[in-house]
Amino acid sequence: MEVFIQTLVAGILIGGVYALIGLGMTLIMGVMRIINLAHGQLMMVAMYITFLLYEYLGLDPYYALLIAPPALFVLGVAIQKYLLNPLLEVDSIIPQNQILMTVGIGMVLTETMRFIFHSDYKSVKTSYSSATFMIGSICWNVPMVVAFGLAVLLTACLFLFLLKTDTGKSVRATAQNKDAALIMGINAEWITQLTYGLGAAMAAAGGTLLLPIYYLFPDVGAPFTLKAFIITVLGGMGSTVGAILGGLVLGVAESLGATYISMALKDAVGMVIFVLVLLFLPGGLKTLTKV
Amino acid sequence: MLRVEHVDAGYGDVQVLWDVSFNVAEKEFVVLVGANGAGKSTIMRTISSLVPLGGGQIWFEDRRLDLVKPYKIVEHGIAHVPEARQLFPDMSVLENLELGSLTPQAKARRKETLEWVFELFPRLKERRKQMAGTMSGGEQQMCAIARGLMSRPKLIMFDEPSLGLSPLLTQDIFRLALQIHGQGITILMVEQNVKQTLAICDRAYVLENGRVILEGKGVELLENQQVKQAFLGI
Repeated sequence: MEVFIQTLVAGILIGGVYALIGLGMTLIMGVMRIINLAHGQLMMVAMYITFLLYEYLGLDPYYALLIAPPALFVLGVAIQKYLLNPLLEVDSIIPQNQILMTVGIGMVLTETMRFIFHSDYKSVKTSYSSATFMIGSICWNVPMVVAFGLAVLLTACLFLFLLKTDTGKSVRATAQNKDAALIMGINAEWITQLTYGLGAAMAAAGGTLLLPIYYLFPDVGAPFTLKAFIITVLGGMGSTVGAILGGLVLGVAESLGATYISMALKDAVGMVIFVLVLLFLPGGLKTLTKV
Repeated sequence: MLRVEHVDAGYGDVQVLWDVSFNVAEKEFVVLVGANGAGKSTIMRTISSLVPLGGGQIWFEDRRLDLVKPYKIVEHGIAHVPEARQLFPDMSVLENLELGSLTPQAKARRKETLEWVFELFPRLKERRKQMAGTMSGGEQQMCAIARGLMSRPKLIMFDEPSLGLSPLLTQDIFRLALQIHGQGITILMVEQNVKQTLAICDRAYVLENGRVILEGKGVELLENQQVKQAFLGI
């Protein structure tokens, strides 16, 4: 029983960070109707920024939260403005050119980082990287608890933005009906840039939060693109509440898989859940949460 | 106030409008009538810059409207109540109305405008927390009109407001349009409901296959032989 609860705790903690990363992709999916297959790679870039700040300036990874996500926001806005939106103007034989473009962007980011930093594994070893505390017989890993707490806080901020501000409402309006949004006076093109920037910034925050407990190499992005994709589908393709639940489900499933099946099959468990959802709950968790 | 001059427009290779010209004077109630596919909605979409012009010009109060970006149209004082409502279905009625008042001028008067709109549509006040997509067709049409009014427009364009509504509700909507007109707002309406709209408007244009074929006072057009044969089945 203790092992089970311990596994559950670990799963929920990592799930909170997964949810943050997945929310970024979900937001982009909701507004632009494209799957951002460069999502994990954007996160990887943010991790390198955080790593550099730590390595050369001695900046604690949590302070990098003030730098890496804003930097990725700017990069995201630029990607949407100069690489993705222009594709809408071009007639093409494949309607989903933008998705292919994100694949290309992901590759370029990965290879650029490999060129600069080589394929060596890097990590940020802080004083608290392996710190733990006990509540009863359950062991809590300090950086994971901090990561979870900050992920929840950032998610709450995102929801406040989407629900309470005119700009946030404009993002939701553009996702629901782009022509009507234009008639209302919403600059839909700027909203797409803002959304991609926000999505990239959330992936960046997730990466920065993971760095004290994770290792870093140029290919670290791809599995996270996959995780974010699973979360987006689990949540119901564009549902933000669904994505949060999706992140937690994925985290717990991986954690249970690692404990009870095999550490090596951790990622496979996520894929099995993905297939099961597609088969038995094709609308995703959105069909249960209704939002 | 609004002048549409020799406009050609279409979608890709398909031309829908051919040399369309008409005008709307301040405080007028003008209707464009025509059968399905006559190009009525396309005219509205060209005025809102959602469909680019192939030729011609659109003027609004001495400004070239066809050079304005779609999201800037509302700033000029034009509200578009689109065909089939086009509400934001997963947002509340209140949020839909708030999104109707995003321009700085409209935003400054949002509270006051909300009260005015709720007075016109008491039903919407009751339902302000409800998701727009879950309301009935008539209520959704009211919400779409109210959303248009939230921008405090000089000109409001209604695209087929009677679409999918019962005859009784259609009458309600037309009565509301008259009421809005009575408050000094210029109206341009597109309708298939020829008989009723010709009876209430100041002037009307008849469209056929993307061309303007007739124009005149609403009541006069009702007596027109061509109109009678084509639309009224007399």
